Amino acid sequence: MVYGPHKPPLPETPEQLRARIPGWGVDLDPRDRPTVPRLQDRPGLEGPPDESIEAQAELRPRERSIEHAHLTPVFGTAQPLHGVSGAIRRYAYARFSEGRAAHWLLLVAGDRVEAFGAHVRSFASLRPDVPATGLRAELRHGGLGARKGRVDARHHLLDPVVVGVPWVATGAGVVAVVRRVRARRR
Amino acid sequence: MKAMVYRGPYKVRVEDKDVPRIEHPRDAVVRVTRAAICGSDLHLYHGMMPDTRIGHTFGHEFVGVVHEVGPAVEHLQVGDRVMVPFNVFCGSCFFCARGLYSNCHNVNPNATAVGGIYGYSHTTGGYDGGQAEFVRVPFADVGPSLIPEWLSEDDATLMTDALATGYFGAAIGDIVEGDVVVVLGAGAVGLFAAKSAWLMGAGRVIVVDHLDERLEKARTFAHAETVNFAEHKDVVVLMKRMTDHLGADVVIDAVGAEADGNLLQHVTSAKLKLQGGSPVALNWAIDGVRKGGTVSVVGAYGPIFSQVKFGDALNKGLTLNMNQTPVKKMWPRLFEHVRNGHLVPSDLVTHRIPLEHIAEAYHLMSAKLDGCIKPLITTDASQGA
Ligand SMILES: NC(=O)c1ccc[n+]([C@@H]2O[C@H](COP(=O)([O-])OP(=O)(O)OC[C@H]3O[C@@H](n4cnc5c(N)ncnc54)[C@H](O)[C@@H]3O)[C@@H](O)[C@H]2O)c1
Ligand SMILES: [Zn+2]
Ligand SMILES: [Zn+2]
Repeated sequence: MVYGPHKPPLPETPEQLRARIPGWGVDLDPRDRPTVPRLQDRPGLEGPPDESIEAQAELRPRERSIEHAHLTPVFGTAQPLHGVSGAIRRYAYARFSEGRAAHWLLLVAGDRVEAFGAHVRSFASLRPDVPATGLRAELRHGGLGARKGRVDARHHLLDPVVVGVPWVATGAGVVAVVRRVRARRR
Repeated sequence: MKAMVYRGPYKVRVEDKDVPRIEHPRDAVVRVTRAAICGSDLHLYHGMMPDTRIGHTFGHEFVGVVHEVGPAVEHLQVGDRVMVPFNVFCGSCFFCARGLYSNCHNVNPNATAVGGIYGYSHTTGGYDGGQAEFVRVPFADVGPSLIPEWLSEDDATLMTDALATGYFGAAIGDIVEGDVVVVLGAGAVGLFAAKSAWLMGAGRVIVVDHLDERLEKARTFAHAETVNFAEHKDVVVLMKRMTDHLGADVVIDAVGAEADGNLLQHVTSAKLKLQGGSPVALNWAIDGVRKGGTVSVVGAYGPIFSQVKFGDALNKGLTLNMNQTPVKKMWPRLFEHVRNGHLVPSDLVTHRIPLEHIAEAYHLMSAKLDGCIKPLITTDASQGA
């Protein structure tokens, strides 16, 4: 058997496709699409002249990638750095470019440290964190039945382990420490 | 105001927050009337995106009413109904000047490797998002557009991300008449990509997923052939068989970082966060496309390395096109297609959930319960919700 030069025939002709599928071919011309040209050099910009863009006030020191020349004129202020996680993240930004794995792995570490602290603090509040939220949806929207025959059901089984075990382990650790402290006091 | 808030992996809740302020003269504050949960939000929800801080409000697919404008805002007025692209962008930097709105250089100090996105961690700039009653919108004259009279709020909401991204995914596939197009992933993005592929003249469109309800949508909504990858030992071989052993002309990855289909890859990335993303779908795309073909990637991957089969891409002479969608650049054409009824975004809305219950909406979307494709989040300001 030999592979030949031709494209195998399609099951439907353009006429059949046009009849079956609303809008078939309305963007047929590859040059007439909003992604063409991929890089457009246009005189008229969408935005204001760059010299007219003021710098947003930096009310507290704002971390930035060392691949930038300066703080960008506009930036988010949603959750400023704080505490131990803030120190880790600040170090990741100040020390490593985005090209370095250390940059991202430190940021991930910062995420875990911050989440851990937030959970611990939440136990002293009126709204303690739980291992996973929204589980009421299982009751209201299908639960097990919705997972019949799905390949992702296999790792759904893992979810409680991945999500729950650190909680159980931490809880057990806290209990052990408290016991030891109490035993010593006695 | 009420806002969705991140509390750590798999944990979100609604909290009271201050209404955002004007922080820059070109800012607006928008009162959100509808927001959606996107597949991308799941990457944050699962703790996969570096520098996702506790207290962060997600949400980058939303519409609303202008509530306040900064002194340098010229075109928008309080009370205007606006649709806001998921990109935060300035319109004036080197990249915006070339149409790369999703790669703006003036709005994200945290990274140069990605532009600004609402509610998408500090890695994309540290902006709280639109799954809240109010949201800060920088460069208010640049990003938002007025919602045309004839366009419904549901349709407008999906145009701010899912529809624009599906269409973009097909467009950067550089489809020519008669191409065989495989779309991996039958979420909202994949379904819109499949639909858009026909507009660009595809000769066959094949959608791959493992969720039956979504594959059903691929057949009815997107008029496509479907493959349930759970029923096949080797999807790459199947793609070859379906294409006379040449491979597809174009493969679109609309799955991204949390791909299933290989337990080891899924667990090392999505569960243990040892990779920037499970590259299963991307590798299927690379191996399933024909030599000299095009792989279009709109599925999202994080900044950490993943095990992509780059050698195959090289040796097959592939073209790989990808980006976060420059949403506003897609709009003029999409307005035409929506108005003509060639694309009906709201067909994929499966759930409407009030902001108070957003934790359930996240679980629903994450576990794909109850045929969920696109859940919309409504606020007290939503009409007819
Ligand atoms: N580039 C952008 O601008 C942009 C914008 C929006 C969304 N996205 C990304 O696009 C992707 C899809 O978004 P969505 O909202 O449709 O998400 P979604 O989670 O609803 O859909 C993903 C689908 O992929 C399926 N899937 C999983 N593994 C698969 C595999 N190996 N092969 C085929 N299908 C598989 C899932 O079952 C699911 O139906 C996400 O990664 C999201 O982050 C990118
Ligand atoms: Zn999105
Ligand atoms: Zn810009």
